[in-house]
Amino acid sequence: MLAYSTCSAEKRNNFLPDIEKRQSLTAFSALLYLFAVPLLFLQKFLHLKLILTGPQLAITIKRLAHQVLENNIGLENTVLIGLQPRGIYLSDQVVAEIKRELPADKVKYGKLDITFYRDDVRNEIRIANHTDIPFSIEGKKVVLIDDVLYTGRTIRAALDALLDFGRPEKVELCVLIDRRFSRQFPIQPDYTGKSIDSIISQKVRVFWKQKDGKEEVVILD
Amino acid sequence: MSLSTKHLLGIRDLTKEDISLFLQTAEQFKEVLQRPVKKVPSLRDVTIVNLFFENSTRTRISFELAEKRLSADTINFTASGSSVSKGETLLDTVNNILSMKVDMVVMRHRASGAPHFLAKHIPAAIVNAGDGINEHPTQALLDALSIKESTGKLEGSRIAIIGDIMHSRVAQSNIYLLKKMGAEVTVCGPPTLIPKYISEALGVNVSYNLKETLEWCDVANVLRIQLERQNQVLFSSLREYNLTYGISRKLLDDLHKEIVIMHPGPINRGVELDSDVADSKQSIILQQVENGVAVRMAVLYLLSNRPSGN
Repeated sequence: MLAYSTCSAEKRNNFLPDIEKRQSLTAFSALLYLFAVPLLFLQKFLHLKLILTGPQLAITIKRLAHQVLENNIGLENTVLIGLQPRGIYLSDQVVAEIKRELPADKVKYGKLDITFYRDDVRNEIRIANHTDIPFSIEGKKVVLIDDVLYTGRTIRAALDALLDFGRPEKVELCVLIDRRFSRQFPIQPDYTGKSIDSIISQKVRVFWKQKDGKEEVVILD
Repeated sequence: MSLSTKHLLGIRDLTKEDISLFLQTAEQFKEVLQRPVKKVPSLRDVTIVNLFFENSTRTRISFELAEKRLSADTINFTASGSSVSKGETLLDTVNNILSMKVDMVVMRHRASGAPHFLAKHIPAAIVNAGDGINEHPTQALLDALSIKESTGKLEGSRIAIIGDIMHSRVAQSNIYLLKKMGAEVTVCGPPTLIPKYISEALGVNVSYNLKETLEWCDVANVLRIQLERQNQVLFSSLREYNLTYGISRKLLDDLHKEIVIMHPGPINRGVELDSDVADSKQSIILQQVENGVAVRMAVLYLLSNRPSGN
């Protein structure tokens, strides 16, 4: 855009007297900057694509909660574990939905931090979050809950971490956003809020009311 | 988030943020130690050498356990029975060990400043496990974690450090840390065992009256008389020390509140602490030892960090 305008300014200059030429050039480039700079700035936001709005997100979470219940009637032998830090915002809401259907004491809900199990743990300092699993998972069916499933590396680490707490009978995975085609490990979700096809350079952001003040899912380029 | 230092040589070099980061991470490792499998794979590719040029029970075992709980490979070195007795210098010994591809060094040495000297000459990350009468940073961190757990906070807490302040690296590290975190510190002991200008230099209160000090504090950290470092007579007898500065059950019962008793170990029962005090429920001496492993895991974990994976 800038290159094009410089070129056109030069062309115009050939038809103008010297002083006028200089003045108009300054005026023109000033005008250009006035428009171009905010435009470049806006570009960042123009490439932002809304995937789920707040109300849609609420319905999706409701559906996920009911799907989990459908496959695990009464949560008899099933426990729910949210992944720290951002998976917790989803798992909190899924658990709240489930508690509308079941008495609270039937719902066993824990939080798992996987920082120390990551395969890139020492590339930068990562701050660990609290792990809180106040029950045994031995022989239980575990539903892992996270917000975005992307490369699968987080879930790989989560499985390692989980096995240090006991030997579950089965592990299922519930995610809000499944970025299929971006996987680096053979890991698939059992419950999916929404599948999206995105390329690696894109970023998916999930905003939560408690953390970010609004609730929606977007893709950024 | 990052640390301001590559080594842990002393609390003196740390910022308030560094200390908070160490403590925050240690709390997460404490939870790891409650799990059925008390081990995480974070330091699987790291080799650590424990160089102990001075005797130690707690610190050495604690470091070794911390390393194993992080899945690091460890080598233990004690000065007795090594080539040190054949006249090898410290730097030569360490360089020889490092040439066998060792990534981190944990060192205790009787000379103050030994780890600082090493840090200037070798590329590996160094953790000071006590150097002479200078510093013992991991002890200060685990003491801080224990204080935080028993009183709920560090800022504004009143901590008394009682005993041989002059020869104690634990006292010095504790004072640096507690002052940085905004706690109030009083040192108490016989005048001959308290450095003359400590009040001006480190910003602590000095008291020679044990009863007053105990009445003032929330937590009393009691230190051992380090006879092996004293080369002159600084008080008449251990019996007299016990009568003036030893903490007895009766002394604690006469106070108007219940205070927490800490001790970095090893305890000389009947000198600085009477047995029934050391074993009472007011004492958190064994919790300190428990916290030691978590704190050392946090220190090793955070220092092993290698940006861009080189």
